[in-house]
Amino acid sequence: MGLTANSMGAALLQDDLNTIRKTDDDIVIALAGNPNVGKSTVFNELTGMNQHTGNWPGKTVASARGNYTYCDTVHIMVDLPGTYSLMASSAEEEIARNFICFGNPDITVVVVDATCLERNLNLVLQTLEITEQMIVCVNLMDEAEKKKISIDLERLSRLLGVPVIGTSARSGKGLEELKECIFRQVRQREERIPLRLAYPPEVENAIDACLPAVERVVGKQLPARWLALKLLDQNQQMSEEIEKYLSIDIGQQTALTETVEQARKGLQQKGIDAVKLRDIIVGTLVDQAEVLAHRVTSYAKRDYNATSRRIDRVITSKRYGIPIMIALLGAILWLTMTGANYPSAALSAAFGWLEEQLTVFFAWCHAPDWLYGILVQGIYRTLSWVVAVMLPPMAIFFPLFTLLEDLGYLPRVAFNLDNFFQKSHACGKQALTMCMGFGCNAAGVIGCRIIDSPRERLIAILTNNFVPCNGRFPTLITLITIFFAASSLGAFQSVTSALFLCAIIVFGVMVTLFVSKLLSRTLLRGIPTSFTLELPPYRRPQVGKIIIRSIFDRTLFVLGRAIVVSIPAGLIIWCMANVQVGGDSLLQICSGFLDPFARWIGLDGVILMAFILGFPANEIVIPIILMAYLAGGQMVEYESLASLKTILTDNGWTSVTALCTMLFSLLHFPCGTTCMTIRKETGSMKWTAAAFLIPTLMGIIVCFLVASFARLLGIG
Amino acid sequence: MSNSCIPLNRLRPGSQAKISALDLSGNIRRRILDLGLVANTLVEAIGKSPSGDPTAYYIRGAVIAIRDEDASKIIVEPVE
Repeated sequence: MGLTANSMGAALLQDDLNTIRKTDDDIVIALAGNPNVGKSTVFNELTGMNQHTGNWPGKTVASARGNYTYCDTVHIMVDLPGTYSLMASSAEEEIARNFICFGNPDITVVVVDATCLERNLNLVLQTLEITEQMIVCVNLMDEAEKKKISIDLERLSRLLGVPVIGTSARSGKGLEELKECIFRQVRQREERIPLRLAYPPEVENAIDACLPAVERVVGKQLPARWLALKLLDQNQQMSEEIEKYLSIDIGQQTALTETVEQARKGLQQKGIDAVKLRDIIVGTLVDQAEVLAHRVTSYAKRDYNATSRRIDRVITSKRYGIPIMIALLGAILWLTMTGANYPSAALSAAFGWLEEQLTVFFAWCHAPDWLYGILVQGIYRTLSWVVAVMLPPMAIFFPLFTLLEDLGYLPRVAFNLDNFFQKSHACGKQALTMCMGFGCNAAGVIGCRIIDSPRERLIAILTNNFVPCNGRFPTLITLITIFFAASSLGAFQSVTSALFLCAIIVFGVMVTLFVSKLLSRTLLRGIPTSFTLELPPYRRPQVGKIIIRSIFDRTLFVLGRAIVVSIPAGLIIWCMANVQVGGDSLLQICSGFLDPFARWIGLDGVILMAFILGFPANEIVIPIILMAYLAGGQMVEYESLASLKTILTDNGWTSVTALCTMLFSLLHFPCGTTCMTIRKETGSMKWTAAAFLIPTLMGIIVCFLVASFARLLGIG
Repeated sequence: MSNSCIPLNRLRPGSQAKISALDLSGNIRRRILDLGLVANTLVEAIGKSPSGDPTAYYIRGAVIAIRDEDASKIIVEPVE
């Protein structure tokens, strides 16, 4: 799942698999497929939704839903998480399998990768065992053509006994045929005999022995042959799902359980135990997939992945792998900071001008001071700050980051860093969830579903906040620019800034690894479990689409959220600064109360209060600080970064304060949305509290150390 | 199993081998099987990650990274 209006914020908190059909005429389509086959692209192109599709496996972690109308019929499409199999050995596979089995889709479309047909057919065959009502969509036909792979779609369709449609979803090719085929298949199904997998005779006999008993229990609700095999395979979980969705307690069906037990014993006598049976099942699937793939595919070139491999030889090499990674991060940050300077300044100037006009207007209509204060000094200023400071960097950062994502670079990051995560007894895929955290920690937390081991998933959830999200970037960038890079000249200034920010992020990664290790040794004791990571071939990104998508989908959405939060925040802060109790404003009283503790960790009361008030959204921390300072003393216009520095230094800021503020921004409690998401994902208040306390404690400790060290040296 | 069998993690980058046995159990065994690593499947070691672990393998048309810990339990027979 990428970062979109549907994948961030409150939308994350909605449930996935509830009723979706609105009228009986609606056609419900389940969209399944291996990770990284362009399934989400097919989904987007058909439904017109802008779910972001990145080029890395396991991205759709929850199922997304969208509609389109064809032949006056509403088609509801459910984009299932990408899976290699439906054996339900992970959460994603479970979601996918349960929807196909129990979600009553009218039809299941399995999207496969034309360049890697053999492995993809495994999933097709497994789906075919569950439902005959399916269509195979062979996607990435354009990529296959480039790699000189040709696929005989008609032959594949004949062999499988289901319709097969070739598509190149990115250019929209073949999608009309797919729509037409879906509609036709649901409304007037062609009678064909789908391929039936033939298992070795011993297994077939065992299945046959169970069939009548299975049919008596589930009737036509589930395919009997498939369920018989699942029961023989001792699939405890399957029995639980059947109880949940069909209200049939398999354990109570003694006739059935006895038959299955007997068949299983029979198998055992022939030397087929549970492990062997599983091997036979998977082996049959894989062999069949291999045979099918060989019969329909022809390669003109043997080594068609040569380019990706050549690139990987450098990108993941011992010598260059990690330096390239850090250099790329640095380059993105540098481009973001340099590029954002000018539009930021221009926006600030424009907002400043507008504020003057507003002031004149309010004076002209003799508005009362409090109204002017609330609307202009409170709401308008916070709003203009958020827009001027946040919009430009986001409009640059997101497209650049999306570019890397589309290229397929992120799995390489996980590949490069896996050893560090392994040493911290965590999962290498945590690197991918951290990358999502750059956009939004709440999305990163949801992304942790790609990690199978519950222990490692919890670690990834609890530490996701150590990656600064875009809401915190403005704080970091602003403070770096005015306190640490100002002494450098010209072009060097932005280079220094980028290096500094890079260092902060690397520090965040180190804290992540440290805390992961600490958790593995204490609360979440355990050894790292196994995992496999796919490194998909690099793909040429579609630059135009990336820009449009990342601006409309991510940038404007994040900005919108910041604005929504900053309006009430601006109002509250202004009120707090202007409501007097016993001669002091509420703001002074609160910050005064926090001040002693805050100074102890190198901050001041106002900064700490800004972080607390910034709980709904981190974007507004700096605006709150400014408003508190400005409302407390004399009014200063802040139209440039230089004047911002004056405001801060006038209020006692030193470079140590700035450093501590940055560190505390990196290491403190997650924002409200993230906390709610953690609560939902972990289902536990205890872990949510841990996710709140761990970063906060880390922040307090680190800031205290920095402040004490500075005091020792006599600076600050 | 012939004498020439080695664990997958000892397969040199650039060389190929055929799977002869999986000494894995539980979830990782399923994962590995799901990826099509059954007996007699051809694998090629592509390269190690910068820190030496995991290693990327070319398996049935896809590049998959497997940690040494797990690869050491996949027994393969190198092919020329």
